[in-house]
Amino acid sequence: MPEAMGFFTDTTVCIGCKACEVACKEWNQLPAENGGIRELSGDSYDNTRRLDGIHWRHVRFIEQFSGPYNGRWLMMSDVCKHCVQAGCIEVCPTGAIIRTEFDTVVIQSDVCNGCRACISACPFGVIDINAVAGTAQKCTLCYDRLKVGLEPACAKACPTDSIQFGPITELRARAQKRKDQLRAQGVEAQLYGADPQGPLGGLNSFYLLVDEPEVYGLPRNPKLPSRNLKQSTSFSVASAAVLGVLALVGLRKRRMDEQPPSLS
Amino acid sequence: MSDTFFSGAPHWRWLIILYFFVGGLAGGACFLAALLDWFGRPEDRPVVRTGYYVAAWGALISGLLLTIDLGRPLRFWHMLFQSANLPALMFKGWSPISFGAWAILLFGLFSVLSALGAMAEEGRLQTPAFHLLHRGALAKLVVAVAGLLGFFVAGYTGILLSVTNRPIWADSPWLGALFVASGASTGAAALMLLAPGRGATPRSLEWLSSFDSNALVVELLVLVVFLVSLGSVNRVWVSVWGLLLLVGVVGFGILVPLGLHLKPARFGSLATRPVVNAAKLVLLGGFLLRLATILASEGIDRYRVAVGM
Ligand code: SF4
Repeated sequence: MPEAMGFFTDTTVCIGCKACEVACKEWNQLPAENGGIRELSGDSYDNTRRLDGIHWRHVRFIEQFSGPYNGRWLMMSDVCKHCVQAGCIEVCPTGAIIRTEFDTVVIQSDVCNGCRACISACPFGVIDINAVAGTAQKCTLCYDRLKVGLEPACAKACPTDSIQFGPITELRARAQKRKDQLRAQGVEAQLYGADPQGPLGGLNSFYLLVDEPEVYGLPRNPKLPSRNLKQSTSFSVASAAVLGVLALVGLRKRRMDEQPPSLS
Repeated sequence: MSDTFFSGAPHWRWLIILYFFVGGLAGGACFLAALLDWFGRPEDRPVVRTGYYVAAWGALISGLLLTIDLGRPLRFWHMLFQSANLPALMFKGWSPISFGAWAILLFGLFSVLSALGAMAEEGRLQTPAFHLLHRGALAKLVVAVAGLLGFFVAGYTGILLSVTNRPIWADSPWLGALFVASGASTGAAALMLLAPGRGATPRSLEWLSSFDSNALVVELLVLVVFLVSLGSVNRVWVSVWGLLLLVGVVGFGILVPLGLHLKPARFGSLATRPVVNAAKLVLLGGFLLRLATILASEGIDRYRVAVGM
């Protein structure tokens, strides 16, 4: 069995060139949006805006400016996190979403029937429907390339090595070193998703950030959808029981009212 | 900010809203019919039969709505069988959408059997086998299973929403309970509207009306608990959906029908046919409840995309 593989994305060296987005689209033959006529966002240099069924990589631009010369750019190449405990796999009712031998998460497009449960289950807003296929789609961590020993297209294309691909254990060690280096320089660097004891058992695509996760559009404490299952079910059963009892009490009352008054 | 605000909306819109409404109503009606079948009197039979008809049609329409809503409708059976490993069954006890698919299928089966029994009882089916479906132990068992599945179908849709990572839905564990109560009240309302046409007696209707009042009170209480449990997420209701929830669901869908059941004289022209008008308003409220809870959460996605999250 091969090792768990994944991405370490060092956002501090991302230059926002979007080469990864293009490489992903090209390798996976993802269609252009709106026939290639793109509506500009109008308030950002980022016009992709989000991950969805035809954008499996998205270079997020975080434009923190309080004036024309006062501020900074943060850039982060976002992708499916290939969660160790994946909400999308948990809810998928067709078994279309599977964990591969590389510990990555892949949607089998020929099995998916487009129910869209996985879209709302993913804590990161990664998945969406690909209108051409009619099924839910997202990054496969280039499963087809991994199978033949190639690295994913995005990591291959990244000119600054912001996206690093490799065995997770190696990537974690490298990320820790980079974080320590930046901290020594006074940069408030933190790792997101690198801790196997952390939320979702760790993410197989994890990040080095220099601001709070929310600033990058990442939830601080992502959770599995099933966390609500037990409580929600017990409250529903309790509600049903109360209504059942009320109905029966009503029937009993009706019967009592019908009985002739006793003679005593 | 709740962590749920970083997820994506599943585009569950009109077909799903309609399904949640129809499924809840059919499930509630079936539960009440089964209850009357077991514990009611012979005079309740018209209501019982109406309940099974509503349930059977509701289950069929629900299945249809769910199937058309899929991105690949012809693959609906992938939820029931493992498409790459036939004939192995596909079932995940921890995924509401998975066990819900089975629940709808079985509810459809048992409610259709109950409806066939009702048709035999009315003399519309002569084959002796069908008479087993409205007389004797087998019939009692079939309707009991149908009734329980009915309540399950009414409530699981709320659990399904809670078992996601979406704002509002996953921020409270009370949606399932709320949908159960709403299923019961809308089921009773549907029976109040339809059963008179099938010969329901005033006493049966009286019981339905008093049960509906109780169900509305439970619904209101659970709705309040649901809103309290949302905590800071409640700010999403500062929108058209909040207005709809307050005016449409609480006002017209719960309080006015409750008033019509309890003190009809106070409601002017609505009081001319209080039971019928209350029932219509309860149905409207049940629909608006699904509409507001689903679209309020769906709408947050637009904001997320607009700000590039
Ligand atoms: S990030 Fe979302 S889509 Fe990717 S594995 Fe995790 S839950 Fe699934």
